[in-house]
Amino acid sequence: MEVQKTALYNYHKNLGAKFVPFAGYEMPIQYKDGIVKEHISTRTHAGFFDVSHMGQFFLEGDETLIESLEKIIPADLKNLKINHSKYSFLLNNEGGIIDDLIITRTEKGFCIILNAACKENDIKQISQFLKKNHKHLLNNDLSLIALQGPKSVEILEKLIPGVAKLKFMTGSNFEYEGEKLYVTRSGYTGEDGFEISISNTKVEKLIDYLISNEVKPIGLGARDTLRLEAGLCLYGHDLNEKINPVEANLKWAIAKKRKEVGGFNGWEKIKNLLANGSEKIRVGIKPDGKVIARENTKIFSSDNNEIGFITSGTFGPSVNAPVAMGYVKSEFSEIGTSIQLEVRGKKYGGKISELPFYKKSYVK
Amino acid sequence: MSEKKFSKKHEWVSLDGDVATVGITKHATEMLGDIVFVEVPDAGKAVEKEGQAAVVESTKAASDVYSPISGEITEGNKAIADDPGSVNSDPEGASWFFKLKIKDKGEYDSLMSKDEYDKFCKENPS
Repeated sequence: MEVQKTALYNYHKNLGAKFVPFAGYEMPIQYKDGIVKEHISTRTHAGFFDVSHMGQFFLEGDETLIESLEKIIPADLKNLKINHSKYSFLLNNEGGIIDDLIITRTEKGFCIILNAACKENDIKQISQFLKKNHKHLLNNDLSLIALQGPKSVEILEKLIPGVAKLKFMTGSNFEYEGEKLYVTRSGYTGEDGFEISISNTKVEKLIDYLISNEVKPIGLGARDTLRLEAGLCLYGHDLNEKINPVEANLKWAIAKKRKEVGGFNGWEKIKNLLANGSEKIRVGIKPDGKVIARENTKIFSSDNNEIGFITSGTFGPSVNAPVAMGYVKSEFSEIGTSIQLEVRGKKYGGKISELPFYKKSYVK
Repeated sequence: MSEKKFSKKHEWVSLDGDVATVGITKHATEMLGDIVFVEVPDAGKAVEKEGQAAVVESTKAASDVYSPISGEITEGNKAIADDPGSVNSDPEGASWFFKLKIKDKGEYDSLMSKDEYDKFCKENPS
């Protein structure tokens, strides 16, 4: 498959981006400042992220569209208000997570933001449940820009009046440069911020404005340290098709009504797990010292039995310490439990930690 | 101290009598990015030429540091283990990795000069 590029590829190049292949795209991993400075400037000022590789999947249809989508998505779509968003997932027959996503109710139906590496398969999986009168479109004419950090609201409000009124996980249509764009108050860094869906032809102009307001470009490297400090999962690492929402410690994301009534893929399995708990569960982990426990690091109990593995691990610049997430046998999941991490053949101490590692500041 | 010599794996060595000081080059730190973890060897450990001797981790990945010369470790630099970020600021000065007592000065002589190393980096960009 040919390597794909987002509409901002040349713009990133001019900003000094280092590129890596990611989910079939050439994406910036970092810019001149490097990961730590990018991370800190997002937390203290604001940063922008080109996330246009993610799928912007639009669905239209009558009320039967809700029934169709609820078979594969365990959110309460019937009661989701227009312009409101939910974090949810696509589930397979075993209750495994095909992808995690954000779904927003639009006037004509729904918009789902899908992970780049999964989007083609996701659409296949969703399409199985769609009816002839349901229209769908993966819109590649749109870019998606995340603006994240405490100064985001002040900066974006000057350009697009009205965005300051949005509450976390809601969105609205706005006018910019004579075109419609869609802005939601959301993100994946643990900071206040916005995701802006904008046509490929206008996106450079938006970025010019952000840069003139000292908003730094942020690459995939800092995106990873930011989301991990915020305790958020990365699909393909912390989540995959063999992991279900109960194991992933994401049962909060299954709507209350759906937990009672079911009617979605993998329901029997998930009902049982909700009642009895799972054998393993996702937890936060803090190594005691400076050692970084990266993906696939084995986790041992204090009496040397293997109890799990790390799925994401890095150095958290705002926590100023290494942080990690992984799966352990449920009996070892209590906060504060001492564990050991095997790094380069040597065992290092660590503890099960609360998530997030870094306190969020969303506007509710 | 003798002049610094350089390896293809981006370590530098200087020699004071039969004790060599080893660190990673500025070029290496630029490739690695922000350094967040360093593990240095303990005194008494024997290392082979091009054998793994220390570990350096950036926000991106973990890398081994090899000894460009064989000998017995006399000291690991604990200061950089306590403050890994200092390797980014002074890689070819205060932030050396370890010292070792060498056996064969010929190994030192066969390493690259500063000019040869700069040329090597230009020809092998990564």
